Amino acid sequence: MTAALLPPGELDTLWFQVGGTLCNLACEHCFISCSPENESLPLMTLAEIEPYLAEAEALGVKEYYLTGGEPFIVKELEAIVARILRQGPVSVLTNGTLVTQARAARYAQIAAAVPYTLEFRVSIDGFDAASNDAIRGAGSFEKAMRGVAALVERGFLPIITATQVWEPERDGEVVGGFFRELRARGYARPRLKILPRLKIGAEEKRTGGYAAEERITPEMMEGYDAAQLLCHSARMVSRRGVHVCPILVEDPRGFLGRSLARSMVPYPLEAQACYTCYLYGAICSNASSRVAADAAGY
Amino acid sequence: MAAPGDAKERERARAALIGGVYSNHVALAEVLADARRRGIEECYCLGDLGAFGPHPDRVFPILLDYRVRVVQGNYDHSIGNRRDDCACGYTDPRDNHFARLSYRYTFDRTSDRWKDWLRDLPVRLDFSLGGKRVHLCHGSPRRTNEFLWESTTPDPFLRKLFAATGADVIACTHTGLHWQRELEDKLFVNAGVIGRPENDGTTEVGYTIIEAAPERAAGVRAEHVRVAYDHARLAAEMREENLPAEFIATIETGWWTSCLEILPGKERARGRF
Repeated sequence: MTAALLPPGELDTLWFQVGGTLCNLACEHCFISCSPENESLPLMTLAEIEPYLAEAEALGVKEYYLTGGEPFIVKELEAIVARILRQGPVSVLTNGTLVTQARAARYAQIAAAVPYTLEFRVSIDGFDAASNDAIRGAGSFEKAMRGVAALVERGFLPIITATQVWEPERDGEVVGGFFRELRARGYARPRLKILPRLKIGAEEKRTGGYAAEERITPEMMEGYDAAQLLCHSARMVSRRGVHVCPILVEDPRGFLGRSLARSMVPYPLEAQACYTCYLYGAICSNASSRVAADAAGY
Repeated sequence: MAAPGDAKERERARAALIGGVYSNHVALAEVLADARRRGIEECYCLGDLGAFGPHPDRVFPILLDYRVRVVQGNYDHSIGNRRDDCACGYTDPRDNHFARLSYRYTFDRTSDRWKDWLRDLPVRLDFSLGGKRVHLCHGSPRRTNEFLWESTTPDPFLRKLFAATGADVIACTHTGLHWQRELEDKLFVNAGVIGRPENDGTTEVGYTIIEAAPERAAGVRAEHVRVAYDHARLAAEMREENLPAEFIATIETGWWTSCLEILPGKERARGRF
């Protein structure tokens, strides 16, 4: 079957897989199967990031995201965040369990010194220990909540993200539960982002992968706003080089070489995970991403 | 031989830039009177005439009376082209809920004559001020509904916009919060909005005056001017029109209560909600 070819836009968003595939947790729905043992993608150093930052500056990149794995296991993370914040806004995607009071205080100092915003996105999977820890491991809920509280205390407004592992009928109950729990823990105006499930990695084993017809055809792209897709204006950098997006870092079809400028080429949307982005829009960005799904009646 | 219009181009040394009006006809009249008191003849509006406030048709006669030149905002494009939604660029369900309420009200009460007028507005205006090239747009030069917040608009990105437009000064609105940044010999301005206060706990609104300033590297300086207006009157009209209590609270308290999810953390932390 012919894949839809996405013409590239401008490079607005640059991701770094600073944590590689290493994580202190081993969530059973992780789309790249990160864990304490998965060294498929190693941690990144500031020195490895620098050349890409120079290229990004020349290309006028608008925002930066740091992910993994778990970024907080990277020893140089503070230096990396401070360095990138001199050049643009930074979002750190974390499970929150390693965010201590002392760390939150140091990041508040770093953020106060620059005009650009520093965001933290803390992922959890349920608004109580029972539902969250079933997926993320015992004790992870309490640790994440302590991390959130430490960030809030220092003036950050962390974006709480949750993958929709519950049935859509329970949306109101679950989302309402998140808000109540976060407020009860001192986060007065919580920001919440719900992510769709990506049926790859550990999640494929958990609930099954994509059905054969769940893929993007060239016809589906007619009249579709290509800017909705992250790969239109973003790239991901890992220790290996440049990848088309944060989702396809482990997929050879997602690898685009070692130059950001040369990675902005028409891209065939042939991976089945592309189908989820098609439905939900730029799911990886900080903005909530339910709009496309709402419009499509999902 | 120079045409009379060219002579005027050469003379222009100051201009008023007015951001989103959001149907706030009371503030619009006050802001334009303020500019006139200051002797400013050139007034530009950066788009989004409707949304949020009452009686959308009331802003048009005021704009025409003061000969304001208007750039098309996303709202204007949607209303003018009879679209289903405002294309504000919100992605959160809560933001979109309020955006939909507001759009439906504004759409139903904008007469066809003004819908056509909105449809035909230009998406950009370029002019010369003190010999410098000024580019006006709604969101950004490349996209009408792009949000350019201070904390998420880095210098390298602005340099790219300046290179692409060839302008010395770029001015936009769309976010609702004003800011400006000098960058080498360029000046970037977000003029703020006059439709609602700036999420700072005051009821005033603000517009921006740009002025030729040969002593500055960019050759132009920008001053943000705050204006008090009869916000109680606007709130009363909004109540009569049964507009959402959340919208009225913003006009009366100066704190944003809706469409907050789009704010970056740094800007949102400064507000109350």
